[in-house]
Amino acid sequence: MIEFTKDLLRHLMKGNKLYYAWLSVLGLFIAMGAIAYFWQADKGLIVTNMRDQVSWGFYISNFTFFVGVAAAAVMLVIPSYIYNFKPIKEIVLFGEMMAVMAVVMCILFVVADMGKPLYAWHLMLHPNFPSSLLVWDVIVLNGYLLINLSAVLYVLYRAAQGKEYKMSVMWPIVFMSIPWAFSIHTVTAFLYNGLSARPFWNASIVAPRFIASALCSGPALMILVFQIARKVSEVDVSNEAIQKIAELIAYMMGLNLFLYAAEIFKEFYSQSVHMAPMDYLFFGLEKGGVHHNVLVPFTWVALCCNVTAFIIFLMPGMRHRFTTMNIACVLVLIGVYIEKGMGLIVPGFIPDTLGEIYDYLPSATELLVSAGIWSVGALIYTILLKTAIPIYKGELSLIPKGQRRKIPVH
Amino acid sequence: MKRREFIKSAAIGLGGLLMPVDKSDASLWETFFQKYFREMTPEEKKKVSQRLEKEYKDKTGVQINIKTNEALPGVKFGYGLDLSRCIGCRRCVYACVTENNLSRNPQIQYITVLEFKNGEKWVNDLEESNKYYEHDTVPEPGHFYMPVQCQQCDNPPCVKVCPTKATWKEPDGIVVVDYNWCIGCRYCMAACPYGARKFNWGEPQVPPEQFNSNTHYLGNRPKFKGHVEKCTFCIQRTRENPGRYPACVEICPVGARKFGNLLDPESEISLCIETKRVFRLKEELNTHPSFFYFFSL
Repeated sequence: MIEFTKDLLRHLMKGNKLYYAWLSVLGLFIAMGAIAYFWQADKGLIVTNMRDQVSWGFYISNFTFFVGVAAAAVMLVIPSYIYNFKPIKEIVLFGEMMAVMAVVMCILFVVADMGKPLYAWHLMLHPNFPSSLLVWDVIVLNGYLLINLSAVLYVLYRAAQGKEYKMSVMWPIVFMSIPWAFSIHTVTAFLYNGLSARPFWNASIVAPRFIASALCSGPALMILVFQIARKVSEVDVSNEAIQKIAELIAYMMGLNLFLYAAEIFKEFYSQSVHMAPMDYLFFGLEKGGVHHNVLVPFTWVALCCNVTAFIIFLMPGMRHRFTTMNIACVLVLIGVYIEKGMGLIVPGFIPDTLGEIYDYLPSATELLVSAGIWSVGALIYTILLKTAIPIYKGELSLIPKGQRRKIPVH
Repeated sequence: MKRREFIKSAAIGLGGLLMPVDKSDASLWETFFQKYFREMTPEEKKKVSQRLEKEYKDKTGVQINIKTNEALPGVKFGYGLDLSRCIGCRRCVYACVTENNLSRNPQIQYITVLEFKNGEKWVNDLEESNKYYEHDTVPEPGHFYMPVQCQQCDNPPCVKVCPTKATWKEPDGIVVVDYNWCIGCRYCMAACPYGARKFNWGEPQVPPEQFNSNTHYLGNRPKFKGHVEKCTFCIQRTRENPGRYPACVEICPVGARKFGNLLDPESEISLCIETKRVFRLKEELNTHPSFFYFFSL
């Protein structure tokens, strides 16, 4: 084991200039994020642009988006284990690693948002269960992290011993992970959905839309990361697998846009006072002689991105060409990041419960801390990849040195 | 912001994360592992308030008293607000700030007075409200006023969502917060339909010479950054026996504010509910406030 750890460290240190440049960039952002966070811890959350009117902002927006990304794994788990689809089965591990990364980022974003993070253990002593959805969310997110981490560790452990994983061990993990992936979305959606004080969230379409948009953004991120990974390392991801994922995104984006349209129709046709948050998103609100419209450009960008991406994914010719498909993936990421991040959280608070409009955009501190957390996520994924690849190639093994023989990848 | 100041502050923040600064070791330990208020024995409550009193004295030199007395039996508080009388002078807002030791910088106020133009829609989402009116004299002709504060709901959405049970409803109907148990997630603020909950975004500042030394653990005791607080019907006054009116009721120059025991049929609030046509804010949400609005004219 000690030898394995030494070998692992050696492999993590090994890399070309690009690898070191990448690590340095991540390190720089993590350091800046840490400094910004300690500044926030000293001064209080007053260094953010959140206030009593808009009491959740950029951190919770990012949290919500990454809950979606965490579901990416399930899009691979179902075709690989349930349908035994070979091209996807070869990469399912990388999807599970992405889930691990995303859930860790979720937890970090929530901690960054807390006023007294040191006292988070109070949750364990007196959890308001089952009443508080936040307690549910803590349970499902940590559970999902545990499930995916055990899947990743088990598969890598077996591979390091030069053996295939046993399906008898994998099945329980797989069967847990599928409903659990949907549960992290549903519970996170219910977290907002259950608040009658916020008409924008208190709509039953929130949870279905969560799932639909999550099953777009997660896989889109995976497609991009897999292509980068196979370019810069010896990871083998087949075009067939990528095309399959792209096809799934097309369906999900269609569903997502349909649900979005249903919501837009309901608000703008019925024209009740509860239309205000939607109106704020698309056109801005007039109050006291001021036109409040800071989110308007973002909303339209998101809508255009999602619609364009949908058209690209829908047309087989465009989908099969990697350039257009990659553009579409980037568009999906931008679109869903806005729509399910700031576009979902902030308008929940606008107008606030007493009718005030507070225009919120994140402060520099919030941006720095968030960039730091993004970098932590990227670093985690890099380390996981750098561990998995040599294990699969047989360069990193638990078998004593003399007895090794090269095992084929997969 | 100077870069040096930023880095220095960040360094203090790192230290502050590991331990609350400016405290002796024993006190630090006791603060961090302080029990949940509702699980403390009377002796433990006494010890905790003595520690908090001492901490405040060490910091400012001012001796304060932190009470922990429980709800009186047979009492459930109710509040009435006469919209016909309110002139929007905001004396209640500032009396509340002084009485409850609310931070002056950054400013925290439990009461928000909303101004509406006569004839405009107002009652549901309060979307035409203006809380930043600045007239030389009030009431402004052609306008009316509606103060809003914690409605002390019987079905409080804030209590339902709190992940740590740091906020709860007392037997006398007051919704309170254990500031030491709150983790600052602000879920309650998202859940409250009345904008009644306020967060300490920065370190709360009250000049020590202006600090009201008559305090309650669940009310106007010294507060810190990073937790939520709210109106408690001046728990430090109303739980005295004989009780005193909340500061906002006492200061109101036009007698628009009524307060009393809902369980006593002869109390002023009971008579108001019986003789006036009262309504409660956002009744469609089923929060069942103990706060009644009415028109006397």
